[in-house]
Amino acid sequence: MTTEHRLSTPLSESDILGLQSGDVVFLTGVIYTARDAAHKRLIQALDRGEELPFSLEGAVIYYVGPSPAPLGRVIGSAGPTTSYRMDGYAQRLHTLGLRATIGKGGRSPELRQALQTHKAVYFGATGGAGALLSLCVKSARVIAFPDLGPEAVRELMVENFPVLVINDAYGGELYAKPDLAAVGLRDLSS
Amino acid sequence: MARQGVKLTIFKENMREIKASDIRARVAEMVIAANRNLPHDVLEKLEACAAKESSASGREIFRQVLENAKLARDTGLPLCQDCGLAVFFVDLGQDCRVTGGGLKQAVTQGMVQGYEDGYLRKSSCDPLTRENTGDNSPAVIHLDLVPGDALKISFMPKGGGAENMSGVAMLSPAQGWEGVRDFALRRVAEAGSNPCPPVILGIGIGATFDTVPILAKKALFRPLDDTHPDPKTAAGEQELLSLVNKLGIGPMGLGGDTTCLGVKINMAPCHLACLPVAVNIQCHSARRAEVVL
Repeated sequence: MTTEHRLSTPLSESDILGLQSGDVVFLTGVIYTARDAAHKRLIQALDRGEELPFSLEGAVIYYVGPSPAPLGRVIGSAGPTTSYRMDGYAQRLHTLGLRATIGKGGRSPELRQALQTHKAVYFGATGGAGALLSLCVKSARVIAFPDLGPEAVRELMVENFPVLVINDAYGGELYAKPDLAAVGLRDLSS
Repeated sequence: MARQGVKLTIFKENMREIKASDIRARVAEMVIAANRNLPHDVLEKLEACAAKESSASGREIFRQVLENAKLARDTGLPLCQDCGLAVFFVDLGQDCRVTGGGLKQAVTQGMVQGYEDGYLRKSSCDPLTRENTGDNSPAVIHLDLVPGDALKISFMPKGGGAENMSGVAMLSPAQGWEGVRDFALRRVAEAGSNPCPPVILGIGIGATFDTVPILAKKALFRPLDDTHPDPKTAAGEQELLSLVNKLGIGPMGLGGDTTCLGVKINMAPCHLACLPVAVNIQCHSARRAEVVL
């Protein structure tokens, strides 16, 4: 049976420690959007000793570049982008209090280790379901790097935003390992 | 001089004229519709696979994907926030000509108009500075001259996540079909959950280093329910489809029976020394459309 949680942001260490890979979580509260170009700028800001546009303490970052909001809607489609491109950046952000990221696709061993070290989790949202996921976004506001367009940092207020725990703080992994033996191929990675 | 004038008149009468403004309008409509509506064959395949999927998480992903498709159709929101780079295959009949503007310009202008009017995301940027071009231009246009007097424009909004997982290899001729098949299997296995499975594979085999990926991309325009006219190629598609689904990656990588919705192979002769292969991975939000003018 799948375990379901309803959590409010910002997330605490005990929120994180209560989660296991495979659990379903409905998130409510503020989350921040950032993807490739925004992460580069966040890291540059840290390198220069500048303050970030939002507090990382207990924060959740959603890897998304939404489509433009049509009239009468707060946001366009807003599903996850592939996460591995943010692995290097995310490790550093986790050292500064970031509790969770939301995306799709596998993470590096180094990032998974950082989740254990810093008591954080990686959530998966359903890729290609951006219209559906946008219904859980109640407000959206650009708070940094407006010149990046779809890649600008947005503060989203979400209600019961559905995610799956892919990597928990205990080394758990939800993604299936491809069965190379079943197709007669040698596993070159081990 | 007079004889030349007569010839020119005859030439002009045989040429069908298509207005650039008509092309712009039809392309603008098409890019919006393609981003809101999954093709019937893709929807039917998703429904059929959902009914057969043995993994509960896989069935839940299918439920969300199908609900998303209905919502996009009903609300006009794009199916996916990644509205892609705009890829076109344009077949220009040699007995027609475009008036009132250039063909490629008309396609690009129509695309730009559609992406603006349809609230579609503009994802085109400078490769190194990463500065967004602002209007999703340039369109990627593969132009071919064909018999007849029709203009066919096929469109695919190609998302970046699945494109990143695609690959090209120059195999040795001795590796043959097995080499091609295993290269494709490894690409899908390494891609895992990244390209939004269940995926569709466009496989280019043969041609040259520069053209084999175009074969692969063009293969993705075939409907999922068609059968390759060459029986041996059709059998290769079925074999690869069945093997990819044994990988067990499943919908969104959560495990299951459905890793791949279809395999489409496009072959062309190649050099004696070469065996080029390209695997173009398409996500489950396999949007495409075409108009014939």
